[in-house]
Amino acid sequence: MNFLQQALSYIFTAANWGGPAGLAARIAEHLQYTVVAVIASVLIAVPIGMIIGHTGRGTFLVVTGVNALRALPTLGVLLLGVLLWGLGLVPPTVALMLLGIPPLLAGTYSGIANVDRAVVDAARSMGMTETRVLLRVEVPNAMPLILGGLRTATLQIVATATVAAYASLGGLGRYLIDGIKVRQFYLALVGALMVTALALILDAALAFAVWASVPGTGRLRRMPQPLLGDEVVLESGARAQSTSVARYERGDPSHTV
Amino acid sequence: MRYLLTHLDDAWALTVIHLRLSLVPIVLGLLIAVPLGAFIQRTTALRRLTTVTASIIFTIPSLALFVVLPLIIPTRILDEANVIVALTLYTTALLVRAVPEALDNVPEPVRDAATAVGYKPLVQMLKVELPLSIPVLVASLRVVAVTNISMVSVGSVIGVGGLGTWFTEGYQSDKSDQIIAGIIAIFVLAIVIDTLIMLGGRLLTPWTRVGVRPKARAAA
Repeated sequence: MNFLQQALSYIFTAANWGGPAGLAARIAEHLQYTVVAVIASVLIAVPIGMIIGHTGRGTFLVVTGVNALRALPTLGVLLLGVLLWGLGLVPPTVALMLLGIPPLLAGTYSGIANVDRAVVDAARSMGMTETRVLLRVEVPNAMPLILGGLRTATLQIVATATVAAYASLGGLGRYLIDGIKVRQFYLALVGALMVTALALILDAALAFAVWASVPGTGRLRRMPQPLLGDEVVLESGARAQSTSVARYERGDPSHTV
Repeated sequence: MRYLLTHLDDAWALTVIHLRLSLVPIVLGLLIAVPLGAFIQRTTALRRLTTVTASIIFTIPSLALFVVLPLIIPTRILDEANVIVALTLYTTALLVRAVPEALDNVPEPVRDAATAVGYKPLVQMLKVELPLSIPVLVASLRVVAVTNISMVSVGSVIGVGGLGTWFTEGYQSDKSDQIIAGIIAIFVLAIVIDTLIMLGGRLLTPWTRVGVRPKARAAA
């Protein structure tokens, strides 16, 4: 447990947080790799998943594609990328996207494809165009599964961004790799603890997002939205009006029905 | 590609290590997760506790776990055993959530029928419920296997063998050919194991190919 004490005292020493190679800078680098890779994965996986889930065409493509991407080793792709394109944001982003795309694609696809058919048909029969059916009905209903995919993707990416350090890049992996290289194992432990803490915090935040997005619960609407204060007031006023109309209609059923 | 063809002997030796490091954890994980998952399926409190513990374990980055484990268990710091224990933890964490979900998928009438013809709870679990949950279980097993094979290659960063050593060697000697060979070898290995597990699952569940085929659940 001597390592653990050394590692903790390293983390709780303010001097180790500042500077271009301090903990704060490494966390920022780590988050940068993570955010860029997650956004890139979302931009690719979510539209494809939405289209395939909505049309039902190309399901085979999702299953095979997801499996094939999972089978590609991140470390190999990262190192090859560095040799081919040099150091920079491109190699880690491409390598980490391999981890981010499969869960996002699977989540989006199965979320959209599993929306209750009766709901989709109802939307169509009300005269919604296909785009509106997808964006206004299917996507909100699929939100928990899409965000669940985002959660898995983020978790895997933030954990694996550690290997970027092996390719002479930054991030919290620097402590792990350098610590092992110079046999200062408490430094490696600093890296391990920081990455785990970062992953746990991000995961908790996204778990909350999944919980809030469950459709029909109104959890998203009830959340405080300080920036949209005026609109919330407007919207809730409009909603109060519409519910009163609904109550009126329910109380006074027409004779023709 | 040329590198792979000229180093087939190396490739084979490394593949054996790679397979050992990735498949032993799957077997161990199954041996732990199936009894545990079946045990906690009906107890809501235990099930929630297990799910939370499992997701926390899953949050720990693999590279971090490889390094931290020797401080907790009595192994040396750059030992193969660390990788096996770490991957067993991940495999168990993933499967222990999948097993109760797979068991939930067994239709209630089937359970009732088994009870009605006189199966005792334990025998019913072993001979009726677990076999019927194989299709869902196989889906998560495939994800675990492919993920493990990819994860073992990360172990080469801390000096553990397997096909990942071609990545670190190729990177240090600036040979992109060797890295490409490693990617191809690992990719093929993952696809082969994935296919074998899928075929094994089909072989174990002949009834799914008779009459109406139950809708396969997408592995998320």
